[in-house]
Amino acid sequence: MFEYAPAPESRDIVDIKPSYGLFINGEWVEPLGEGRDKTVNPASEEVLAEVAVAGEADVDRAVQAARKAFTVWSAMPGSERAKYIFRIARIIQERARELAVLESLDNGKPIRESRDVDLPLVAAHFFYYAGWADKLSYAGFGPSPQPLGVAGQVIPWNFPLLMLAWKVAPALACGNTVVLKPAETTPLTALAFAEICRQADLPPGVVNIVTGAGSTGAAVVAHPDVDKVAFTGSTEVGRLIARSVAGSRKKVTLELGGKAANIVFEDAALDQAVEGIVNGIFFNQGHVCCAGSRLLVQESVAEELLDALKRRLSTLRLGDPLDKNTDIGAINSAAQLAKIRELSDAGEAEGAERWSPACPIPDKGFWFPPTVFTGVAQSHRIAREEIFGPVLSVLTFRTPAEAVEKANNTPYGLSAGVWTEKGSLMLWMASRLRAGVVWSNTFNKFDPTSPFGGYKESGYGREGGRHGLEAYLAV
Amino acid sequence: MSERLAVRKTYKLFIGGAFPRSESGRSYVVNSSKGEFLANASKASRKDAREAVAAARKAFPGWSAATAYNRGQILYRVAEMLEGRRSQFVAELVDADGVGVRKAGELVDAAVDRLVWYAGWSDKIGAIRGSANPVAGPYFNLSSTEPTGVVAVVAPEAGPLLGLVSVIAPVIVTGNTCVVVASERAPLPSITLAEVLATSDLPGGVVNILTGSAAEIAPWLAGHMDVNAIDLTGADAELAVTCEEAAAENLKRVLRPPSAKVDWLADPGTERMTAFLETKTVWHPIGT
Repeated sequence: MFEYAPAPESRDIVDIKPSYGLFINGEWVEPLGEGRDKTVNPASEEVLAEVAVAGEADVDRAVQAARKAFTVWSAMPGSERAKYIFRIARIIQERARELAVLESLDNGKPIRESRDVDLPLVAAHFFYYAGWADKLSYAGFGPSPQPLGVAGQVIPWNFPLLMLAWKVAPALACGNTVVLKPAETTPLTALAFAEICRQADLPPGVVNIVTGAGSTGAAVVAHPDVDKVAFTGSTEVGRLIARSVAGSRKKVTLELGGKAANIVFEDAALDQAVEGIVNGIFFNQGHVCCAGSRLLVQESVAEELLDALKRRLSTLRLGDPLDKNTDIGAINSAAQLAKIRELSDAGEAEGAERWSPACPIPDKGFWFPPTVFTGVAQSHRIAREEIFGPVLSVLTFRTPAEAVEKANNTPYGLSAGVWTEKGSLMLWMASRLRAGVVWSNTFNKFDPTSPFGGYKESGYGREGGRHGLEAYLAV
Repeated sequence: MSERLAVRKTYKLFIGGAFPRSESGRSYVVNSSKGEFLANASKASRKDAREAVAAARKAFPGWSAATAYNRGQILYRVAEMLEGRRSQFVAELVDADGVGVRKAGELVDAAVDRLVWYAGWSDKIGAIRGSANPVAGPYFNLSSTEPTGVVAVVAPEAGPLLGLVSVIAPVIVTGNTCVVVASERAPLPSITLAEVLATSDLPGGVVNILTGSAAEIAPWLAGHMDVNAIDLTGADAELAVTCEEAAAENLKRVLRPPSAKVDWLADPGTERMTAFLETKTVWHPIGT
């Protein structure tokens, strides 16, 4: 591996306050309870800030503010709502560098990804849905589709600001108001977004941000005056939410876990496939619900592909997320690291063979080296359970039918990858894979115009594109 | 000379294209709206429900892979067969629902027309629900619809023919297969409809019909891990909550009971189809 001089992005650009309150009705307010939580930099374990923990009464205040604002926001001409959302998009672009650094500090993801992937997509998402706000009557949901009301939105820690954008942009465009709860380990960019709403002069109460952990999220979901629940996170919590809304009229969209198969045929361009496999499972430390965590490779090229993959993995750089050369950043939290370790140990215990490149691990912070398991059986936990880390399980197949059978042998159905130079085979596979997104000869591509969401236990509803409007309209 | 004694029909279940009795041997009395004995209908058991799900799952790959044109043709064929049995259904509706002959005729006609309407959707729903997405990069990006899988359907208590047809047709026209819990009070038209389905080139297992207690059968289906979605149109409030809770276990798509009384003669819209469709988005690079 070439030696590189460190090239860290300066963190001076961000201004983190020692302590944050809740953003309710356009103001920063202190929580009614005593609860405080700390958010840490997972790459150094340094405390970045103290954050309020919203209790039920705080959530109630936020929902009331959103309800009041709904009267104003939903009655506003779509063209005016659009201009507010365009403003937000522009401010995000103007502050992109700062937000990227803040995201990498709080989340641990490499600056190269927060700068080149997360932030451009965040801005693009707001631009895209801003344009829908005055065109809803052309969207195919009837002549005058109506908003739902107050949207309660709970988002995960893997793409904090991007998941906020996926939730907030369509909600606002359709005329809803929002109570959003960011993840407890990554609240900072959502709190920065609150400031952006103020800079945009967004009417008070249209966006409210309540921080806290699972119980705060549960309070948002359970609030009787919430009309719409949108959740991205684990299938386990998704099940609880689906159960808790039974009998209500709340509209629900869930974007949950995955265990995607990335399928490589013998005729594939193997060098490109290797890049796609690496991007599929090691992008964002594998903290990706649609990660290509199961590599299915055709037996005839398995050895050749694995050799090339291992060579490529030996060149990945793990370390300081703010270093522009870094490929693999920090694991987001100690709890997540423990989960990855537990499942990886289970992989070894169940008989799969573990491999990682020689990879120095920093002394402080939460880290896990890129890891490949070969000799994996479908029954192994590492082939069935979502690890949500930089761990790839390799299985082999002989025929396309066997590849389909193995790929679909999971309760999940979020995404899949197919690598072949044969167009008819690609389309044959794509039509048989039970997954909401199929990337062929590419992986982990996202765009605001492109609907995203799962089959089966990966959840329901779509985010992105015209399809994404449906989740926020009374249709 | 004495009047000829009619040969009565035995009403059984409809599973996998066959007409079995309930494996439990149970039956229940079905009376007319005037309280006169009509028949003993099969009272489906949990095992019957499981058999029906297995039949629906088995039928899914073939039915979902059939061309949309073919599915449309078959639904139209169902309409033809129903039309041919018009007088039989009129008589059954008069008995079951207490409606007059003229009204019963209107309801049968509407059921036939409803099938024709949905038949035409088979190769059009994808065009209005799919899209080519203009992503910001050199990629071909296409979203298309696919059926959700095996759908459990709690048919409405009222509307033993038109209501029933109006919940089955939108589920199967897009390629799903289903297990239907028929109207408990008026199940007989559902089994006669099964005879129509069985003679309409519809592959066995695409539609399975269970008669009996909805309160008993629906929760089994709602909790079944090989069922992908549930339509609770015919469930009362209490049953709907029980089923929605059970459905959460494997994240079934749930179509909740309507908040107001449904007018089955009104334009149904596309909601009953789209509730049981998935959107799949395929990406491929563009390059030389």
